[in-house]
Amino acid sequence: MECEAVNLKLYSHWMSSCSFRVRIALNLKGLKYHYVAVTASSKSDPEFLKLNPLALIPVLVDGDFVLAESLAIIMYLDDKYPQYPLLPHDIPKRALNFQVAHIVASSIQPFQNMGFLNNFIEKKVGPHEKLPWAQSVIRKGFTALEKLLKDQAGRYATGDEIFLADLFLAPQLYSAYKRFNISMNEFPSLSRLHEAYNGISAFQEAFPEKQPDAVNSD
Amino acid sequence: MIVLYSYWLSSCSWRIRFALCLKGIPYEYKAVDLVKGEQFSPEFEKLNPLHCVPVLADDHVVVSDSYAIFLYLEEKYTQKPLLPVDPQIRALNLQIASMINSSIQPYHMISALKDMEKMFGAETKQWAQYKIDKGFLALEKLLKDVAGKYATGEHIYMADVFLAPQIMQAVNRFDIDMSKYPTLRRLSETYKGLAEFYASSPQSQPDACISQ
Repeated sequence: MECEAVNLKLYSHWMSSCSFRVRIALNLKGLKYHYVAVTASSKSDPEFLKLNPLALIPVLVDGDFVLAESLAIIMYLDDKYPQYPLLPHDIPKRALNFQVAHIVASSIQPFQNMGFLNNFIEKKVGPHEKLPWAQSVIRKGFTALEKLLKDQAGRYATGDEIFLADLFLAPQLYSAYKRFNISMNEFPSLSRLHEAYNGISAFQEAFPEKQPDAVNSD
Repeated sequence: MIVLYSYWLSSCSWRIRFALCLKGIPYEYKAVDLVKGEQFSPEFEKLNPLHCVPVLADDHVVVSDSYAIFLYLEEKYTQKPLLPVDPQIRALNLQIASMINSSIQPYHMISALKDMEKMFGAETKQWAQYKIDKGFLALEKLLKDVAGKYATGEHIYMADVFLAPQIMQAVNRFDIDMSKYPTLRRLSETYKGLAEFYASSPQSQPDACISQ
């Protein structure tokens, strides 16, 4: 990967699938960036809050421009750094990419992220309900994605090139299989995509365990 | 003609109705009664396997998810643009819409609240209010320095299209106290002065009051 020297900072957490999406985009475009690890405690750190009062991650800082929300960040990067375009030209195919991204970002991830599992499920019901709940949310979303994508021909989600949909699918598939024990057999199209993503260096370099703040846990 | 599958009370459907009105795009309204479960019919499943509204059908193209539909309309129908040319303000609009679409609205969607109540018997209204307040606090911080007449300046854009129904939903269904969010409250008053806002609002829809 040839890296372009730019003034980019990414506030990220190694386990955050939203940060994972942006890391893939940066890698595909060959953009070097400074990785700033955000922990639970830094979210109440006055310095972090001064930069980003929203305490969201990921956050991209490009010069003096601060931007949050993974989809907004990826589209901003795609506009500003057009190498390795992350959206096709065809408008209906672009719409399909946005649709897939949002099934992940609005229907699956919000209901199985650590914040929701720990602050709602664990507190309201108990720790034993976290995994079954997360699995039910993921299965519901994956069932819809499988139907949406099964007729798409090509190596990746919406064709033979990697696009936005793949950037959202890869981290979600990764956490579904690694963290939430979803069986690969249940969703053949998604399973095939998961295997494809695992073989691409831009995705591999974005894996949680490869990040500077990764912690080994058994 | 464009066909919009919508439910009168759905804030996601409202976003698209609002966008269509603002862009002056005529459309055929097809009501999907979420209370009766019409979203689970085999015909609707073919349109959207996630069983949500809105869904837009434009000739042979079918798009679901309001964020995807919005961007599709914006790219295909370029009159009265709802995204600015300036890349940073454009990105800000995408961010605000994304915050609403992914971090606020999903947590007070009727189907999600029902699933949580069914699975846990848990009281969900307070949780929904907590998530709305958390999201509105973040939006207030973000917007207080960038808002003009509208959310990101003097023109109505994507952020406004997503904010307007969200604020109304928060006030009408979840009793959110908007005095805590002066910028959002001011914007809401501005939206209420727009003919397109009323034309797209729930009570103006063909299926209004048919089921609650």
